[in-house]
Amino acid sequence: MGTRPGRRDPRGEAALAVLRESGLQGLTAVRFQGVYLVETAAPAEALRRAAAELLADPVLEEAALDAPVRADEESLPVLTVLRRPGVMDPVESSVRGALRDLGVEAPSVRTGRRYVLEGDVEPGAAAAAVARTLANEVIEEVHRGVDLPTRVPHPAPFAFRRVTVPLRGASDDALARISREGGLSLEVFEMRAIADHFASIGRDPTDAELETLAQTWSEHCKHKTLTGAVTTRDPDGVRSYGNLLKETIVLATERLARPWCLSVFVDNAGVVALDDRHGVCMKVETHNHPSAIEPYGGAGTGIGGVIRDVLGTGLGARPVAGTDFFCLAPPDLPAERVPKGALHPRRVLRGVVAGVRDYGNRMGIPTVSGGLFFDERYVGNPLVFAGTVGILPRSMVAKRARPGDRVVVVGGRTGRDGIHGATFSSAALHQDSERLDAGAVQIGNPIEEKRVLDGQLRARDEGLYTAVTDCGAGGLSSAVGEMAEGLGAEVHLERVPTKYPGLSYAEVWISEAQERMVLSVPPERLPRLREIFAAEGVEVTDLGSFTDTGRLVLRWSGEVVADLDLGFLHGGLPRRAREARWEPPAGLGGPAPEPADQAATLRALLSDWNVCSREPVVRQYDHEVQGGSALKPFAGARGVGPQDAAAVAPLETAPRGVVIACGINPGYADHDPRAMAAAAIDEALRNAVAVGADPDRIALLDNFCWADARRPEELGALVRVAEACRDTAIAFGTPWISGKDSLHNEFDAGGRRIAIPGTLLVSALGVVEDVGSLVSMDLKAPGSRLYLLGVTRDERGGGLLARREGSRGGAVPRCRPEESLPLFRALHAAIGAGLVLACHDLSDGGLGVAAAEMCLAGDRGARLVLTSVPFEGPEATDGALLWSESTGRFLVEVAEGRAAAFEGATAGLPRARVGSTTAEGAGARLLVEGLRGAPLLDEPVEALRAAFLRRLPL
Amino acid sequence: MSAPRVTILRTAGTNCDAELVRAFEMAGGTASLLHLEAVVERPSLLREADVLAFPGGFTYGDDVASGAVFAVKLRARLLEPLLRAVEEGRLVFGVCNGFQILVRAGLLPALDGPGRPGDAALGFNDSARFEDRWVALEGTSDLCPWVPRGTVIECPVAHGEGKFVARDGGVLRRMEERGQVVLRYRMPPGVPPGTFPHNPNGSEADVAGVCDPTGRVFGLMPHPERNILPWHHPGRRGASGLPVFGNAIRWVREHR
Repeated sequence: MGTRPGRRDPRGEAALAVLRESGLQGLTAVRFQGVYLVETAAPAEALRRAAAELLADPVLEEAALDAPVRADEESLPVLTVLRRPGVMDPVESSVRGALRDLGVEAPSVRTGRRYVLEGDVEPGAAAAAVARTLANEVIEEVHRGVDLPTRVPHPAPFAFRRVTVPLRGASDDALARISREGGLSLEVFEMRAIADHFASIGRDPTDAELETLAQTWSEHCKHKTLTGAVTTRDPDGVRSYGNLLKETIVLATERLARPWCLSVFVDNAGVVALDDRHGVCMKVETHNHPSAIEPYGGAGTGIGGVIRDVLGTGLGARPVAGTDFFCLAPPDLPAERVPKGALHPRRVLRGVVAGVRDYGNRMGIPTVSGGLFFDERYVGNPLVFAGTVGILPRSMVAKRARPGDRVVVVGGRTGRDGIHGATFSSAALHQDSERLDAGAVQIGNPIEEKRVLDGQLRARDEGLYTAVTDCGAGGLSSAVGEMAEGLGAEVHLERVPTKYPGLSYAEVWISEAQERMVLSVPPERLPRLREIFAAEGVEVTDLGSFTDTGRLVLRWSGEVVADLDLGFLHGGLPRRAREARWEPPAGLGGPAPEPADQAATLRALLSDWNVCSREPVVRQYDHEVQGGSALKPFAGARGVGPQDAAAVAPLETAPRGVVIACGINPGYADHDPRAMAAAAIDEALRNAVAVGADPDRIALLDNFCWADARRPEELGALVRVAEACRDTAIAFGTPWISGKDSLHNEFDAGGRRIAIPGTLLVSALGVVEDVGSLVSMDLKAPGSRLYLLGVTRDERGGGLLARREGSRGGAVPRCRPEESLPLFRALHAAIGAGLVLACHDLSDGGLGVAAAEMCLAGDRGARLVLTSVPFEGPEATDGALLWSESTGRFLVEVAEGRAAAFEGATAGLPRARVGSTTAEGAGARLLVEGLRGAPLLDEPVEALRAAFLRRLPL
Repeated sequence: MSAPRVTILRTAGTNCDAELVRAFEMAGGTASLLHLEAVVERPSLLREADVLAFPGGFTYGDDVASGAVFAVKLRARLLEPLLRAVEEGRLVFGVCNGFQILVRAGLLPALDGPGRPGDAALGFNDSARFEDRWVALEGTSDLCPWVPRGTVIECPVAHGEGKFVARDGGVLRRMEERGQVVLRYRMPPGVPPGTFPHNPNGSEADVAGVCDPTGRVFGLMPHPERNILPWHHPGRRGASGLPVFGNAIRWVREHR
């Protein structure tokens, strides 16, 4: 089907823009068409009717059966993008269902996109351009011409054969080979422990047993590095940890012992109290490797996975908000700087944004907060973070499966999707990854997950199950293995419903097919559970039972294919102490860049990829579905101001809610990882407090992404970050409630190593009593006072301006919780008392960028006097005062009539009146007086807004 | 007199149901959710309601086109009882995906009687992508009990396929003459009609919401149910979405 002549074809226009941008010459127009390959015995007349009723809009579109939509297409370049056979197509089932309603039975439907190219285009170049920019050949194939393949593969059923892997007596070399060739990502000493275990019971493992061990022992599932023993040597001395995570991040939470922490570090997500009856939980995950290979599917299934994490927290939480953060190479990176095997960052950006959009929007979960950070070192390893916030009754935080409960899987069918995802994410990417690891690509079906969500929460409220876990990395093997810990389980794998025949028992067991949850269900409640899920159209399968044998037994049609000791599975992983070291990086030092033209600098910083408007991304996300949104991503009448944090009121009409914010500063890591981590924490808290959150009710989440933590110098940096997380959190009184790490993010570009900068994303979750009292960052009125809270120091090292100039000079910002925390508390009180009109935190680009953003958001001018800025240090310069990124600072707008009260609320703290707001509308200007009293810059707000609205290429 | 009963139809992919329940209940109605399959089994359920509402979402993934699969199911399995429920004088409401469903199924604008699709369509936004942004709307009809002429509503749009297109100029003219164009995107002073982003999707004649010839069946792309609480409006300028639901509940009380 295609657009009728004379009607606008926006998808064709979008494709035209993308193809032109890719350099394809001679193109004048693109027609977008939808293609449906329907396998059916129905007569052509019935199909024609179905096409008219279902597939083509009666006003806008026309359809053709077994022919081009328009006759001239026989002579034009026609390129059709179809999913490769066997790749999940979520559209298939809804189309088949609707065709059935129209009287057409179709055993299979394949869907595709067709681009008909008009103009003087060379067909070969056209095909290559479409393949490169509009298709992803990992999961899709591009066909030339109007004819399409109609052969439908129907694979044969699996012929049972038990496979054992001869480990006993294998040499180290053989063990290494078995691990590598099997994609197990286990080291030799770990393989040796498995071989020894099986030697002690007198047999070799089956493939299913070995896979179960590899999945459960993967870095992804066990966090071997962070929970391992390490001794580090750096300028601060020698320190040893038995379990790094427990003795840093978890220790901070234990020491703080906040009574409102209901469940931390034991479940899928941390849970804190929202009110007397509800808890709120949050989890942030990474989905880096799948997104590097297939950005759209990778980001979408990242969202889907973290939503299931929340559905699997306690007895299941209702997702109420989502977050996303991407670290990418700059979108205008010249093509020759993209290594072979990596996708261009613009394609990655487009893909991950579309993936988050299509999964989050379809789930009906508002994507409320997030961000982008650009640095060329992410070119081979883009980072994709996705978070979900959920609420659940406090009585449902605990769960426990019991012997005798049924092992029940609900949700989508199992295919070969994502096999080896857990072990894949624990290995490095390389230039052949794109080709070799296609099996790790997962395809999401958000509507399936929405059905599961609707059914599961109804079943939860009727008390129909005793425990729940999501099927994530490692699939059933991880989910069932985890739930059976301390118990035992017996599972009949031939009962698992599959998408197509031919899957072996091991494939069924480790498949990472999406949208599945495992429940433990008391047998007498199973009939009612089936009824509830059936009403939502969700399949329920009884796989077996939980036992008290301490063994995980898998069968295929009665034959035992695995019989594992759960004690060994969960406790047998050998640990090896690691050595770490860290030295201050070489080549640092010298002065920070001191720009001559501050106005030009401000415009340049506002249009830097790391600052400019995120509207082209964020507007594609539904950030208001569910009707809980209380603070939007954009502030001000024009809707362009970058808000510091989001707020959601999830409890029907009650004003109680949560504030969600984040902090990230990979640029500082090049100077000092400790400063980087502390600054990220300060930034996350600052963003939350800037809108009015209570600093004494904020919980933190950590996400570490490292290049290769097996290298001693990178592990040494990681140790410093973990220590900073401990010390800074304790100093602020903000507990960590959940976290995740991804420690293999380097790219092998044919021998050249591309390593990401050490990256810590900190998320903050604050509970507030009244979302109505929160403030946005846009200037609200003329003639208000502007106050600067916090001390400015000359800390431009690693900052936005230094990075732009390629400078390694200047001092990196230090976080000073003893200074920041009293300010945070005072600001929170002032906002709660209604004394603040607008507030914005100072971060990338310091005071200059923050002031400009408040002006352009509120469409109002301001006058700032730099001599009034509280400064500490040997010598203040205009550049330092404008661009320094010292932590713990805010610019606050206060009405003249509230000035006395505001000054009272902040008495004794570093606070100064630095200016006032001026005209609004077309004549608005930002005027900054420098240290010598003369205007340093005097810019129309409209010009600043134009710079800030530089369009991200999406 | 008991509170007017609102039945909200949901299915796989419906996701704006909770806020729609909230809006009708805040307006004084009693709202309940009903799964499409339950109605297919017992169509008489439709007649137990005073108001039938189709919420926003991505029913069946919006696969093929927004609302297309739901509309086929309605037409194949529920058209007669639905048309009867409308004929008997019930109010019908469709927002976003619900509006797309009513148009695809032929309940809107239904120039020549209900159940005949093809008068109008909701096509891809001119931007070819989903967008969430706040818009201002103005009531432009005296026919529709949901929104009186002159009403100003501020609320978000959140859709990828919301561009209103009439089959031809004649259709649009007839709709305007009969008062079936209920809501238009409102341009700020001095801004010509049809200007993005005030008209967020390229809709013809800035049409944001339409009704059928009776005025009782009403659909719109923007989400008034997302501006019903004091903290919803980004500039805190009032919950102007709530009266839409209040108008309907009052109409039911007066006409039942």
